[in-house]
Amino acid sequence: MDLPALPWIVAFAGLALVVAWYLSFSAARLDRLHARLEGARSALDAQLVRRASVSLQLATSGLLDPATGLLLADAAHEAREAPPPEREMAESNLTRALHAALDDPETADALRADPVGRELAHELASASQRVQLARRFLNDAALGTRVVRRKWVVRSLRLAGHAAWPPTFEIDDTPPDTLRTDMARPGSTIL
Amino acid sequence: MRIGIVCPYSWDVPGGVQFHVRDLSEVLSARGHEVSVLAPADDDTPLPAYVVPAGRAVPVPYNGSVARVNFGPLSAARVRRWLREGGFDVLHIHEPATPSLSLLACWAATGPIVATFHTANLRSRAMLAAYPILEPALEKIGARIAVSEDARRTLVEHVGGDAVLIPNGVFVDRFAAAEPQPAWRGSGGTVGFIGRLDEPRKGLPTLVAAMTGVVAARPGVQLLVAGRGDADEALQDAPAEVRDAVTFLGAVSESDKTRLLATVDVYVAPNLGGESFGIILVEAMAAGAPVLASDLEAFKRVLDGGRVGTMFATGNVAALTDSLCALLDDEPRRAAHRAAAADWVRRYDWETVVNDLLAVYETVAAGAGAVGEDEPRRGSLRDRLRRDPSPRS
Repeated sequence: MDLPALPWIVAFAGLALVVAWYLSFSAARLDRLHARLEGARSALDAQLVRRASVSLQLATSGLLDPATGLLLADAAHEAREAPPPEREMAESNLTRALHAALDDPETADALRADPVGRELAHELASASQRVQLARRFLNDAALGTRVVRRKWVVRSLRLAGHAAWPPTFEIDDTPPDTLRTDMARPGSTIL
Repeated sequence: MRIGIVCPYSWDVPGGVQFHVRDLSEVLSARGHEVSVLAPADDDTPLPAYVVPAGRAVPVPYNGSVARVNFGPLSAARVRRWLREGGFDVLHIHEPATPSLSLLACWAATGPIVATFHTANLRSRAMLAAYPILEPALEKIGARIAVSEDARRTLVEHVGGDAVLIPNGVFVDRFAAAEPQPAWRGSGGTVGFIGRLDEPRKGLPTLVAAMTGVVAARPGVQLLVAGRGDADEALQDAPAEVRDAVTFLGAVSESDKTRLLATVDVYVAPNLGGESFGIILVEAMAAGAPVLASDLEAFKRVLDGGRVGTMFATGNVAALTDSLCALLDDEPRRAAHRAAAADWVRRYDWETVVNDLLAVYETVAAGAGAVGEDEPRRGSLRDRLRRDPSPRS
């Protein structure tokens, strides 16, 4: 009676080990993905804050006409203060305000003629480029995490715990064309 | 920054990825960054100071050709040691899906990881079969870079997700400073070609066939051919007057290559396909050579849709003959190409490329700690399952 059972016990023990390994592997993988997501989110947040700060500095620098300055200051302020659900809209609005302020090549040239203005334009171009990069990296991480979270084993065993369904961040982040020349990288292909 | 770079292919074998890694490392070092490159190489191979050898590469068939790569537990251990001792701020892995140091590094590392995809011809069925191995490794990558639009599309189709496009770099100023070699010039104009003679996709047969018409229209024209391969075989079907008009330079040094490009009146790229980028076109333009290229998608992009060079129907001998004669006759057009190209190639200059790469490094590193070893399997399964993966804030 005992002897024929032994191979079965060994087989079940083996199977249990494989299952345990796979669960552990999946949990570790998900943990890592969430860490990457969190890193990408904080990187994007930092660049968005930087972009809004530089925009605000530009708006209050006296280098733009007062109406444009007020428009830009308002958009930059809204972007910094917006609560999470309204943030995408506010950041898109800031992009639009930057276009309104700087799309005109004459304004951009006048800005660059001033040493402070040149510095600000450079900062703004750099921040805008990094917003674009960081947003792409965040969305890539979010989509990658979703793929794993949709897996059967992750859903049925709730390996993701209480972590929120990973959101992407959708804004218009195309900077004004006139900022291209202010990059430390003339002719950059990313921006 | 402290930057760790992983090169999957043998350091002492010439290749596009190796050259890219070498040039990138040198530009980064010149800017004051600390760079360490992990690459397959024997311990006794003479190496630049920044290269850490990971042991002898083994030739194995992979992706339709023989690749010299590193794998196995010994290589994995070396990768881990390099990661541990490096203390990198960012890890930059090239060709992360290659079964070599790159994939090992991807498995072993955590933290800010940037990866560059060079190839545009991943084999999809093999990728599909290997997906359970590749997916957990590739999903650690915080920022993906593709060197060409084709490489980006391949990545999006086969792996999913997106990539930032940062092209291959060229030292534009080195090419721009090259001196022409008057001895190589022909009285009827000088045409250049660089590429393997025995690789039909490089298109030399098309060019040689077109030369019959070009020689007839412009006696004294000279075709300079540089590249490995059998010269006699390449000319076996050519008439005597074409043979007389062709000079073979063999496999040329880097400085002779720049000199050739600075000498020619027209650089011809008659490739039939299989090109995902066309760095030689950028080098030709940087050296001031007007470019005549087949209208492959990749070449169209490098030539800005034909604005900075002339294009002809791929593989069409008559079209190449006509375009080549017309371009040789039209000095104003060549001057216009030269002027437009000199401006355009700046986007492929290493200075531009490295600025873009540094922006990516900084963006990725900003949201993550330092590069580390993936945590060894420690703690019970219960701990692991219990750990709350929700964002710490």
